[in-house]
Amino acid sequence: MNMIEAINSALDVMLDRDDNVTLLGEDIGYFGGVFRCTAGLQEKYGKTRVFDTPISECGIIGVAVGMGAYGLRPVPEIQFADYIYPGLDQLISEAARLRYRSAGEFIAPMTVRSPFGGGIFGGQTHSQSPEAIFTHVSGLKTVIPATPYDAKGLLISCIEDNDPTIFFEPKRIYNGPFDGFYDKPAKSWKGRDDAQVPEGYYKIPLGKARQVTEGDQLTILTYGTMVHVAQAVCEEKGVEAEILDLRTLVPLDIEAIEASVERTGRCLIVHEATRTSGFGAELSALVTERCFYHLEAAVERVTGFDTPYPHSLEWAYFPGPVRIGEAIDKILAE
Amino acid sequence: MAKAGDKEGSNRPALALHVPEPKYRPGDKVDFSHIQVPEAGAAPRPDEACEAKETYPLCDDLIRVLGDDDKAHGPWDPRLDADTLRRMLREMALTRAFDTRMYRAQRQGKTSFYMKCTGEEATSVCATHALAGDDMIFPSYRQQGCLIARGYEPEEMINQIYSNKADKLKGRQLPIMYCSKRLSFFTISGNLATQLPQATGFAMASASKGDSRIAATWVGEGSTAEGDFHSALTFATVYNAPVIFNVINNQWAISSFSGFAGAERATFAARAIGYGMAGLRVDGNDPLAVYAAERWAADRARANGGPTLIEHFTYRAEGHSTSDDPSAYRSAEERDEWPMGDPVMRLKNHLIALGEWSEEQQAKQDAELDTMVKQAQKDAEKNGILGHGLHHPFHTMFEDVFEDLPWHLQEQADQAIREREIKFPEGLKK
Repeated sequence: MNMIEAINSALDVMLDRDDNVTLLGEDIGYFGGVFRCTAGLQEKYGKTRVFDTPISECGIIGVAVGMGAYGLRPVPEIQFADYIYPGLDQLISEAARLRYRSAGEFIAPMTVRSPFGGGIFGGQTHSQSPEAIFTHVSGLKTVIPATPYDAKGLLISCIEDNDPTIFFEPKRIYNGPFDGFYDKPAKSWKGRDDAQVPEGYYKIPLGKARQVTEGDQLTILTYGTMVHVAQAVCEEKGVEAEILDLRTLVPLDIEAIEASVERTGRCLIVHEATRTSGFGAELSALVTERCFYHLEAAVERVTGFDTPYPHSLEWAYFPGPVRIGEAIDKILAE
Repeated sequence: MAKAGDKEGSNRPALALHVPEPKYRPGDKVDFSHIQVPEAGAAPRPDEACEAKETYPLCDDLIRVLGDDDKAHGPWDPRLDADTLRRMLREMALTRAFDTRMYRAQRQGKTSFYMKCTGEEATSVCATHALAGDDMIFPSYRQQGCLIARGYEPEEMINQIYSNKADKLKGRQLPIMYCSKRLSFFTISGNLATQLPQATGFAMASASKGDSRIAATWVGEGSTAEGDFHSALTFATVYNAPVIFNVINNQWAISSFSGFAGAERATFAARAIGYGMAGLRVDGNDPLAVYAAERWAADRARANGGPTLIEHFTYRAEGHSTSDDPSAYRSAEERDEWPMGDPVMRLKNHLIALGEWSEEQQAKQDAELDTMVKQAQKDAEKNGILGHGLHHPFHTMFEDVFEDLPWHLQEQADQAIREREIKFPEGLKK
């Protein structure tokens, strides 16, 4: 399966398993979603389980909080992560705090799905990676898959989780992995092990990283599309890196990170999001605080630039092979 | 040749920005004669199953039942029995007695904050009586009357206000941000109007499950300016959700008069019209009118007739909160001049007019309620008052952020407990 089919399958499995699972969002019902992630689900489960909404992110998230208070397990979709901001008050002030402020009487067992990330000429409002806004909020879990297999297993875990979860889908890799070499032909998920997706129910636990490659020279901490870009750069340069696909940013798999950095002594952090106060800053601080005496070089971050996501200069902006390659050289030179 | 938008030679008048101004400021003589107070019983009562648009004339009217003669009039008279009327009177009086005592408790330093609902007791107590016990209430912070009408123990409320060791919310919430799932009273948020789409979502969920529960939510007129108000009403009509929106128009949002929420041009009930929703505008100080309107909306919602917006036209008789001094922005005369009077007195006088109550009984009840609240306060104080040591253990601060405690919160909890020994070697001050 590609990632779209894997997400569709996760939703199908959960709609079938739990009558309280309810999907809502703009264009997700009859039409099946602008990325086809919910295709066929309304026809299969009916209009009260899978339905279209007015164009109101505040309404979509707010209504989902109320549905959760009733006892449903809503899975709202925000069409692009760039458009999640009108729903932020409901996410930050309400969904994230509901359990805490009611001392557990009310909970928000919802999973907000949203396509995110760039590399598709999406310009300013179809390319953003706003994960740091959510990792900064106590009470929210933030999950980002990098493969179809993970996308399904993680999404099922999110839907079953009793905490509100933000599930960001890297749309650049919906149809195939992307290695950052944008001038090469597009690849497909076909034939890859990480695209072998079981039809039925399975889960990947939240809070657990995935070791993508083995290597002693350095640790690369990354997630989403950038997992594939970092891997391609290491292969091309002949660098033996241990790449950790974090999969869940909150709660973070700190044990896996510590174990890896303590072994390699070097750490590179890669994300598409802008640099300042990005999630990479948190990762860098954690590695520095917890692995300081094992570090043989300063922790480096490769990120998007601190600008809005540009249209025509996409490949100048994107933290691709050149920027990652330079950072690896710098870390290994120390 | 002139281009489009060319200003040359224009004789257009200068534009002027309109910034609303309330009629009366501190020291002003108040004259409320411009407020239309229709005769009690004059407003027509359409059938609950009517088309939404049949209610639109009522959005500009004012439904009133209790007349100057203290008797019930017209088609909106809910014809409640005397026991129910006495119960509503008692709960409104208890709400007021509770407010009086808690306001004083804040002034005595027993807690940090309090908000009264004086003058608005009918809009919560009587509205709650029109709902079923398991209909979900999504309140704002001035609906303590809903909890009291559902029988929540005053001691529990005070425990929350004192953030003491018996506080069910474990001292996490600002005073009065109550929550009771048992009584179908949703957790109060400091963020205004967020409860409105949530109420709509709850109602949608109930409908999608084929349940019979409905949702009722409350919001001040000031907060109708929030985007959530628009989202909630849009979703409610799109999905025909069984939800009631109670807009408490008490004329003031802290220091801003209702004109800053758009009251100069249209009533708040009239907002319903644009959404295609049923709308009613009631005298919020008329306990019978409030009950009747809420009951109408509840019956309509329960019969899949869809949502209703009710504007309760009332007056915030006291300051916004213990942190507010209304004499800094409005005339002190307003409260006494308010043409719709006081809801507690109006219901009392109605019961007396029916021969079902007396001034003596009222005085006796007031004394009894005062004693009861005092006793509840004493009982609650045994569990501690704010800042006097009897609080929840430190580690509870970290619980319920998530269902399980993740490693980073565990580390921070350990730190807080370590710090306790250094910061408070004798324990928190007694």
